[in-house]
Amino acid sequence: MAKTSDLSLPVRLFLRGYRWRRIDPVPFAALTRPVEQCTVGLVSSAGFVLPGMTSFDKGQRGGDSSWRAIPGDADSSTLIDGHRSDAFDHRGMTSDPELAFPLRRLREFAEAGEIGAVAPHHASCMGAITATGQLVKETAPEIAARFVEDQVDVALLVPV
Amino acid sequence: MCNQTVGLVAAELERHGIVTVALQLLRTVAEKVRPPRALCLPFAHGYPLDTPGDAERQRAVLRAALGLAEAPGPGPRLMEYRGGA
Repeated sequence: MAKTSDLSLPVRLFLRGYRWRRIDPVPFAALTRPVEQCTVGLVSSAGFVLPGMTSFDKGQRGGDSSWRAIPGDADSSTLIDGHRSDAFDHRGMTSDPELAFPLRRLREFAEAGEIGAVAPHHASCMGAITATGQLVKETAPEIAARFVEDQVDVALLVPV
Repeated sequence: MCNQTVGLVAAELERHGIVTVALQLLRTVAEKVRPPRALCLPFAHGYPLDTPGDAERQRAVLRAALGLAEAPGPGPRLMEYRGGA
């Protein structure tokens, strides 16, 4: 497991005083059908965009809380790393974007009958968000509305 | 920060009836933010699905996550991933 001690001193000092946003109460939806029948969607905070999409704003104070809808049939090998953080090693996910946006893996599961279907849209955001107000009030509800419209049963969320 | 971001999105999805599993690379953050279902991974920052280019190891993480999706409530449910490194 990653440890905060792996991080640089400035990042550790920032985290020491950072007030994490606690989810309370904790909502908990129940699965209504077997996973093998579920439509599965992804939310990745790797900051990926597809060619032609507007990149995330690396300079925005508090973090860029916007998101991009990634089509379920997208070629993940074309995803472009736009994450602003230098607190982690980007080489793995730039050499293999499946590491943080496993669309191909999900399609393999669907073909093998391990899940019902791959959602038509998935969400890409950039995780380096220290000011979470807009994320909670606008971005997360927008992603939820899209996933509800797409009849997503299960969402897998992937940080980096 | 990524761990918190996906946890907060997961909570909103759950409020809309969508079952979520948030992969987590820092257990201490998962314990503070409390995503509804969290799979704590033994991997470094930047490597949430284990090894680049290793489809089978990546599938193993995803299968564990899908298994956790079937876990009954109440939340938060926090599980350690036992495969991989």
